[in-house]
Amino acid sequence: MNIYAIRVIYKYEMRRAFETALQSFASPVLSTALYFVVFGSAIGSRIASVGGVSYGSFIVPGLVMLAVLTQSLANASFGIFFPKFTGAIYELLSAPVSFVEVLIGYVGAAATKSFLIGLIILATAGFFVPLHVAHPVWMFGFLILTCLSFSLFGFIIGLWATNFEKLQLIPLLVITPLVFLGGTFYSINMLPPLWQTVTRFNPVLYLVSGFRWSFYEIADVSVALSLAMVVLFLTACLALVWWMFKTGYRLKQ
Amino acid sequence: MQTIVSISNVSKTYASGYQALKDVSLDIRRGEILALLGPNGAGKTTLISIICGIVNASAGTVRVDGHDIVADYRITRSRIGLVPQELSLGAFEKVWHSLCFSRGLFGREPNPAYLEQLLKDLSLWEKRYSPLMALSGGMKRRVLIAKALAHEPTVLFLDEPTAGVDVELRKDMWALVRRLRASGVTIILTTHYIEEAEAIADRVGVIHQGKLLLVDDKEALMHKLGKRQLVVELEAPLSAVPEALGAWSLELAGNGTRLVYTYDPHKAHTGIHELLQAVRDAGLVIKDVNTIKTSLEEIFVNLVSVKS
Repeated sequence: MNIYAIRVIYKYEMRRAFETALQSFASPVLSTALYFVVFGSAIGSRIASVGGVSYGSFIVPGLVMLAVLTQSLANASFGIFFPKFTGAIYELLSAPVSFVEVLIGYVGAAATKSFLIGLIILATAGFFVPLHVAHPVWMFGFLILTCLSFSLFGFIIGLWATNFEKLQLIPLLVITPLVFLGGTFYSINMLPPLWQTVTRFNPVLYLVSGFRWSFYEIADVSVALSLAMVVLFLTACLALVWWMFKTGYRLKQ
Repeated sequence: MQTIVSISNVSKTYASGYQALKDVSLDIRRGEILALLGPNGAGKTTLISIICGIVNASAGTVRVDGHDIVADYRITRSRIGLVPQELSLGAFEKVWHSLCFSRGLFGREPNPAYLEQLLKDLSLWEKRYSPLMALSGGMKRRVLIAKALAHEPTVLFLDEPTAGVDVELRKDMWALVRRLRASGVTIILTTHYIEEAEAIADRVGVIHQGKLLLVDDKEALMHKLGKRQLVVELEAPLSAVPEALGAWSLELAGNGTRLVYTYDPHKAHTGIHELLQAVRDAGLVIKDVNTIKTSLEEIFVNLVSVKS
């Protein structure tokens, strides 16, 4: 194992985040605060509690997931895409590193950044609504697994993308709608039966539901199913990255 | 001399169907400077990209220090440094951080003292905290060299190292290459500048249309393929070569003021003595005499045109 390589990739990526701290950390916090103002206060005050939890508190896990998912994708995809764009990827390809070390470095850093953002948003939420975490270990478990799996997915997007437009394509046109329609701001029980069924095909539902359960013990789907879906997604992403490195897809000719 | 890189029957066909390399075999000797010459698109970059692990070979094997580049990639890659042709650098990171990154990426423990010396050797120390995008083209080229040397490789590939750089930097780079060779580093450089190979290489390989046409010691190559010309400058111009000098296949140049005699300097008898005697006997007054050595460029052009 090339420990030095893992260390420098991780440090390099983390340095990039802290050198652009305003964009990396302040921006998602501001966005989340705005969501609280709009959904929590302006609209939430007109909505009765959901499952015995005030609407403001109910949306906190969803908002954390929204930020974590988008930030994981953005951080990881840009981290590997930019060297491809500048041509500096030659150094990574000619280095004595395996895909495991590359992944630990890039995905580890992206997941760390998202995890920190998740924690910051949780702390920010604490200023707006009362927070209660019923199962802290599960909460951290879901958060870490989500950070890892979506950073891995972002890494795949970064490898796949051949230009900046493609880099934004999946996050904007696929992930954002899935997040908004995955129970971030509502419980699927509030939907008509048909849309409840449709929503069950949305993988984000399982992330938000499991994460929300760790706070308030209310969930749209069973916790075991949520966990299984996250692990399944993580495994699928790992398999895809392994294949990409093995075949040199969009990396080597 | 011991072989450090052994290339055996390497071919490369890209997905587009373009065959960039055709059954190339080459042994690179430890401690030498090998120049791979060839026009654009000859296959030079593809060959070194395969050795470095950036491009997969379609067929053939490459061994570095006895290790296969696929099976033992960790060993082989840790011994190789690559300076790419393009100025492929990030934009926002500092020179120092970029160097630390390169060293660690190749599995070497941090060594600030070595990196400091490296930057000083390349006149980059004052720029160590400059963002890469703020550097000039020449400085970026030096940073790429520093990054390639950051992990102390024993084999260094320089892909068109002086493409687009000014004369001063080119001379600096040649001096650096010689210093590296003196320290034991094996250097393989690709170039289409003949004078670069002529100035610094020990051996020269010529690649054309994906085939390695020849590899030989630079001096031996010039010895074998090089011709010399004797130029006899006359006081009065001639309209044609006198019949008395017909035995020497002379060319008339310089508006009739120069007789040019091409000869093989390695032959026991060059015929120069008799020629000069015959020129005098023909009543021609000699103003000056000099000899011209065939350059590597002329050898290269001849080789490529013959093989084409």
